[in-house]
Amino acid sequence: MQVNEQFTPTIVAFCCNWCSYAGADLSGTNRLQYPANVKIIRVPCSCRVNPMFILRAFQRGADGVIICGCHPGDCHYTTGNYYARRRTTLLFSMLDYLGIERNRTRVEWVSAAEGAKFAATMNDFVAQITELGPNRRLEDLRCRK
Amino acid sequence: MQEVMKKRAIELLSDGTVAKVIGWMPGEFSYDMTPAVFTTAEEIESNFVYNDFCGANVSKYVMREQKKASDAKILVFLKPCDTYSFNQLTAEHKIVRENVYVIGVGCDGMADVEKIKAAGIEGITGIESDGDKFIVKTVYGDETIARADALAERCAACKSKKLTVYDEIIGEDGEVVENSGRFDLVAKLEAMSADERFEFWRNELSRCIRCNACRNVCPACTCEQCVFDNPKSGIDQKAAADSFEENMFHIIRAFHVAGRCTDCGECSRVCPQHIPLHLLNRKFIKDINELYGDYQAGDDTESKHPLTSFTYDDAEPSVIHERGNE
Ligand code: SF4
Ligand code: SF4
Ligand code: SF4
Repeated sequence: MQVNEQFTPTIVAFCCNWCSYAGADLSGTNRLQYPANVKIIRVPCSCRVNPMFILRAFQRGADGVIICGCHPGDCHYTTGNYYARRRTTLLFSMLDYLGIERNRTRVEWVSAAEGAKFAATMNDFVAQITELGPNRRLEDLRCRK
Repeated sequence: MQEVMKKRAIELLSDGTVAKVIGWMPGEFSYDMTPAVFTTAEEIESNFVYNDFCGANVSKYVMREQKKASDAKILVFLKPCDTYSFNQLTAEHKIVRENVYVIGVGCDGMADVEKIKAAGIEGITGIESDGDKFIVKTVYGDETIARADALAERCAACKSKKLTVYDEIIGEDGEVVENSGRFDLVAKLEAMSADERFEFWRNELSRCIRCNACRNVCPACTCEQCVFDNPKSGIDQKAAADSFEENMFHIIRAFHVAGRCTDCGECSRVCPQHIPLHLLNRKFIKDINELYGDYQAGDDTESKHPLTSFTYDDAEPSVIHERGNE
């Protein structure tokens, strides 16, 4: 395994259009810094995130995947994030059970008003993944750059 | 038991109550009992079997037959575990209950022919139950093996011997088994380190030959078009080109049936590579029980499925970071 001193992880962040994506926007307009290696994918709701999307992200080179949605109770579609909460809990528990580092995945509720929380969360998550190193257990060798 | 079942099947067929009978017949080998559809008394007379090798769950065949002719009345024989799958299929509108006549068959466990072979018994031609033993008929004469040594994995850890749906019963109805021990191995895996778990699953999943038998047999896998047959999914191939595909297939299949899997054990039974698939499904079942309250898919046809419902105070996903071993 090649160890790169300056390992910069690739992070995929699925952000719900109504809260977290707006939160990311706000952190931008407030000129708060978060690393450029966080790739945001906008989804209509956190419950739009099919488990395949998450695995696919790891396959195509993500070292960490974070899902951000509205706080429970605040979903634009009223209940989407409650379903997402159960699904992601079970899926991430399964990944953990298969021996895939549990810290590579995270769920965070970020509202449209929480620009600072968005930036802080991303900084923290990037630091966590940098410490973990590259994703090797759920990667597709054919996709390795 | 077999003779009583045959007699009832012929009666119901000849008085016009049903037009088809779903049961078992001998397959390629005399221990390889395979699901079968009968339409005449003669066929039943000559081919119908029921013995301790009839582990196959025939509930999915009801769906298949109803697809061909939805109004034909069908008689099906179901073991306790099969009744759970039948209920689940009914709940998912895959089976029209009114057109099925269910005969529940009491059960005290099916034999696993692999275990019998592993005990050195060869030339198997038949099997009989005898208290805590199985009498295995072979071309070399009768052999006996302790029931505990020959029981199929899923029967040794049977969750319930209760018939959850039936129009009549042959044999004896049983009870839900408390402390069946079916989560013991899952708990053991959870107690390992992440590295050990990774090793364990790599060792198991890397043997998968993607025959799709686990999906095809599964009574919860009833999608008209399966994601694994979609050429655009990138995982429709019949051989995994990368370990990622093995992981992907197993994670996604287990996830798709999470909350709907009745733990019937068919996937592990049919896997030619002996991959303990039940350990994946049982992980989901265990998590659901622990996080969202006890739930048994197929218990009835009304209760709310745990992944299409929620409560306002469900656990946060971070719970998985707080428990067990890293
Ligand atoms: S039955 Fe076994 S070998 Fe076949 S696809 Fe399923 S896990 Fe793989
Ligand atoms: S996943 Fe396996 S145990 Fe669960 S319903 Fe399907 S075949 Fe049965
Ligand atoms: S694996 Fe998924 S998509 Fe395929 S049949 Fe099963 S539930 Fe449906």
